[in-house]
Amino acid sequence: MTEPSASGGKLAPTGELSLDYAPAPESIAPVRLASQYGLFVGGEMLEPVRERLAPTVNPATGEVLAEVSVADAADVDRAVAAARSAWEGGWRDLPGAERAKYLYRVARLLQERAREFAVLETMDGGKPIRESRDVDVPLAAAHFFYYAGWADKLDYAFSGRRAAPVGVAAQVIPWNFPLLMAAWKLAPALACGNTAVLKPAPTTPLTALLLTEVLRDAELPAGVVNIVTGDDATGAALVSHPGVDKVAFTGSTEAGRVIGAEVAGTGKRLTLELGGKAANIVFEDAALDQVTEGIVNGIYFNGGQVCCAGSRLLVQESVADAVVGKLRRRMDTLRVGDPLDKNTDIGAINSQAQLDRIAELVASGVAEGAELYSPPCELPDRGFFHPPALFTNVSTAHRIAREEIFGPVLSVLTFRTAAEAVAKANNTPYGLSAGIWTEKGSRILWMADQMQAGVVWANTFNRFDPASPFGGYRESGYGREGGRSGLLPYVGLVA
Amino acid sequence: MSDLLAVGVPAHTADAVAGVRITPVDAVGLEQRAAALCTRSIKSSSKQAALDLAIRVMDLTTLEGADTAARVQALCARARRPDAGDWSVPPVAAVCVYPELAPVAVDALAGSSVAVASVAGGFPAGLAPLESRLAEIAWAVAAGAGEVDIVLNRSAFLSGRYQQAYDEIVAAKQACGSAHLKVILETGELGAYDQIRRASMLAMVAGADFIKTSTGKIGASSTPATALCMAEAIRDMAEQTGRVVGLKLAGGIRTAKQAWHYQVIVGETLGLGWLTPERFRLGASSLLNDVLMQRAKLRDGRYQRREDFSVD
Amino acid sequence: MTERLAVNKTYKQFIGGAFERSESGRSYPVVGAGGELLAHAVQGSRKDVRDAVAAARSAQGGWAGRTAYNRGQILYRVAEVMESRRDEFAAEVARAGDGCDHSAAAAETAAAIDRWVWYAGWADKFATVLGGVNPVAGPYFNLSVPEPVGVVGIVAPDEPPLLPLVSRLAPVIVSGNTAVVLASERGPLAAVTLAETLALSDVLAGVVNIITGRRDELVPPLADHAAVDSLDISGCDSQQSANAARQAAATITRVVSASAAEQQWAAEAAQSPYLIDAFCETKTVWHPKGR
Repeated sequence: MTEPSASGGKLAPTGELSLDYAPAPESIAPVRLASQYGLFVGGEMLEPVRERLAPTVNPATGEVLAEVSVADAADVDRAVAAARSAWEGGWRDLPGAERAKYLYRVARLLQERAREFAVLETMDGGKPIRESRDVDVPLAAAHFFYYAGWADKLDYAFSGRRAAPVGVAAQVIPWNFPLLMAAWKLAPALACGNTAVLKPAPTTPLTALLLTEVLRDAELPAGVVNIVTGDDATGAALVSHPGVDKVAFTGSTEAGRVIGAEVAGTGKRLTLELGGKAANIVFEDAALDQVTEGIVNGIYFNGGQVCCAGSRLLVQESVADAVVGKLRRRMDTLRVGDPLDKNTDIGAINSQAQLDRIAELVASGVAEGAELYSPPCELPDRGFFHPPALFTNVSTAHRIAREEIFGPVLSVLTFRTAAEAVAKANNTPYGLSAGIWTEKGSRILWMADQMQAGVVWANTFNRFDPASPFGGYRESGYGREGGRSGLLPYVGLVA
Repeated sequence: MSDLLAVGVPAHTADAVAGVRITPVDAVGLEQRAAALCTRSIKSSSKQAALDLAIRVMDLTTLEGADTAARVQALCARARRPDAGDWSVPPVAAVCVYPELAPVAVDALAGSSVAVASVAGGFPAGLAPLESRLAEIAWAVAAGAGEVDIVLNRSAFLSGRYQQAYDEIVAAKQACGSAHLKVILETGELGAYDQIRRASMLAMVAGADFIKTSTGKIGASSTPATALCMAEAIRDMAEQTGRVVGLKLAGGIRTAKQAWHYQVIVGETLGLGWLTPERFRLGASSLLNDVLMQRAKLRDGRYQRREDFSVD
Repeated sequence: MTERLAVNKTYKQFIGGAFERSESGRSYPVVGAGGELLAHAVQGSRKDVRDAVAAARSAQGGWAGRTAYNRGQILYRVAEVMESRRDEFAAEVARAGDGCDHSAAAAETAAAIDRWVWYAGWADKFATVLGGVNPVAGPYFNLSVPEPVGVVGIVAPDEPPLLPLVSRLAPVIVSGNTAVVLASERGPLAAVTLAETLALSDVLAGVVNIITGRRDELVPPLADHAAVDSLDISGCDSQQSANAARQAAATITRVVSASAAEQQWAAEAAQSPYLIDAFCETKTVWHPKGR
């Protein structure tokens, strides 16, 4: 008995029994797509202008799902004006308890139409339906529910100060959690009495556009939320618009630098949630089988297209072989493929451009001498897919140990002492998140103190909750979303 | 971890038994993983095989004080041919009874592939004097039981007398001779997954051929997380020593869906090679009918009526 | 064509999720503002109080064990279900009150619904506001969190019949306490109708138990009960209050009563996170930090 497992990537049949899981595709029946989408301004879906449309593609098939408007500066201007007029025309003066009721309605409508949103999210973005169904959409609803509750309690959030709304918020969100990021941005903004212009990512606009139906059914006053789809130029026009009082951006650190420079000197408030290169630190006394699950969840959740992904695994040398062995074995059971299949663990990469970037960094890892492991798995013959990847023999100087890959690629480094783990973990310009795995409570708390990171997970990873603040240190950005801290970017505190 | 593989050195400390390392268990992570495995969907073409496997690994069990020869004979008849109307249904793995009734089962199952399993060793508490427990095991084997299900001495284990718990299993294994030894941990009494993992390692190192979750005699029964915890222990045992130990899940398993969940847990954790009667058993008294109902549903395409299946 | 005869409702107590008559078999007439008979309410006994406390005790662990988010959603659900029965509540309030016209009753009902919504939002926030990290002088992590005290006995204010009851009940259960409520003696019917809404709102059986009957008979066994951890005597007169507080002292039961400001039932002052805190214990956890 040398090889205890007959388990292959697909649990291939041996003898008469096969544990082949059903292709269990989620029905796309609930989703009704238009062929073209206009902008959502002042409570109206505007007619799309044929010359200014861009396709949005299902990354699992390469098929065009719909054409979506690309807003230009004039469109942005209209949207900001609508937001301004809604703010001055009543939203800012509405009692908190009434603002709360609108947000509760949104939360409930999202819950009622959850499956529809989940399927659409998966179609447009490529993430596994298991995640959009169990994480993205329920959490989005929960965020609205949570911040609804703050709308009439702001006096208790900041003792000694009154929280006043800021005005019009310009919100630019990424493609990795499209609906959830919309909820993270809109819920606190609206709860605090601001109005918003939201710009979804070019590759994933559809759930934000579906959200307009929810806002309409919730009878949210016209102009309180405006949605302008478009490209980078649209985003630039929005954040630089003089009628905007507050800019909130989630995306890459490079784009964050540009926006920071753009906003500088304008008096606009700014919060940034940017990239990351999180260390996931495993001590020898940790619960190794749950560590394995935590590493997998940390780097392969949403195909690693997560700013807080645990992309650098730091393992204590005494258990490095054991952990890597367990990890490889677990990777062999990951299912890569149709994101709409309920058994799929890793879906499609969001776009060809992202797939190219991942491939380029993987190639650099091999070229720089790291050792690559990927389980044998068949990738679909169309769409954008990347197998889960694991690099060992990685040094802190390698590009794969320094740059954010934003894909299902894990770099493994080792350490001998806690101090060495701390030094390696903090040896990055980023500081979004970190993971600590040990059964020793005092070490968790000591390590947490040392981490230069905005979120520290101990014996778990990639947990999110509306009540828990999220955001980065250093070049991972500033400002927090979630919890009481998540109100601060959207209020002015007055005596 | 190769330096930890000094098997045979009794070092029954908290984190190693006989040199085999015991890793701690995080309850939250374990339960999340188990729950995730229970959401897997099965292909309809695999369903038949999965249902048949559930029957082929079943230890059809009756452990009541009111058991009689007639009841055991009826159970054995079902064990040989679970569905009188459908000869394609395979026989179960074993019939599990009290020792007194083992000879009845041996006679009733003569000539079939169905094994006779007997509980012994002071089941279900395991607190009879050691001599009598060992005598009971020897008696059951002499009566023809090919498999013996005993309980871990939880009294010794929970009070930290690991050496005693270990030595008793070693002695039981000796008393078994060539019969297979299954050691019931009674996981519902152990209080924490760490303890379940520790008890699993202790029983395996002491010589258990199978480790088993529950007696079915207390409220707490087998759960997906317990099964996963024990499967992970078995995997570590195999990886660290090369020794193959089987897993028997028992207590509260009543539906084909539960049986399927356990197959997924074992298959994904230990590999398909574990999904055979030699390495995997489901102990149950009321599971068979639900499996047969699902099988009939697969055959006829309609949901079945419980009353149409045998009451034995 | 004859006019349709109304089908009248039987008003029962609400204990452990079930609507029951008193074990004593008694009832008492409830009359409206004009002296007309509205219904016969159950006249609960000390044994009913005992059963209600037992139900509250056994439900408490499960209720407190729900996530804060889940409790918040359930309280919000109470508001949703009440909203759908607004007219019924308003009619109930109007019939019971002295000189309470329908618009005042409708306003009271609306305020009661909004109060549930307000407290629903606190479920996953009061610990943020009331608890927190304490920077102790040493290598320790030190965290204080509010935890529900357990079973709370609530003597509901006598009138009006609905808003004060909701104002005292919601802050008690939002944190994970369970409650035994003595409804308004004069106007208990709205409390029973509230119980019907609770039963339809995913509130776990036994989380709220409502006893109707005579205060003089019911307050003493409630105040005296060793399994009651905290007592809200807002609805007691001064004599009952003094006696109840004396009884509660024997088992160190915490006694709370609505302040004058809190008794402005329709005002902002009647709702507060500090009222949630009044029915919580503060638990402080120390843990060393070190390699």
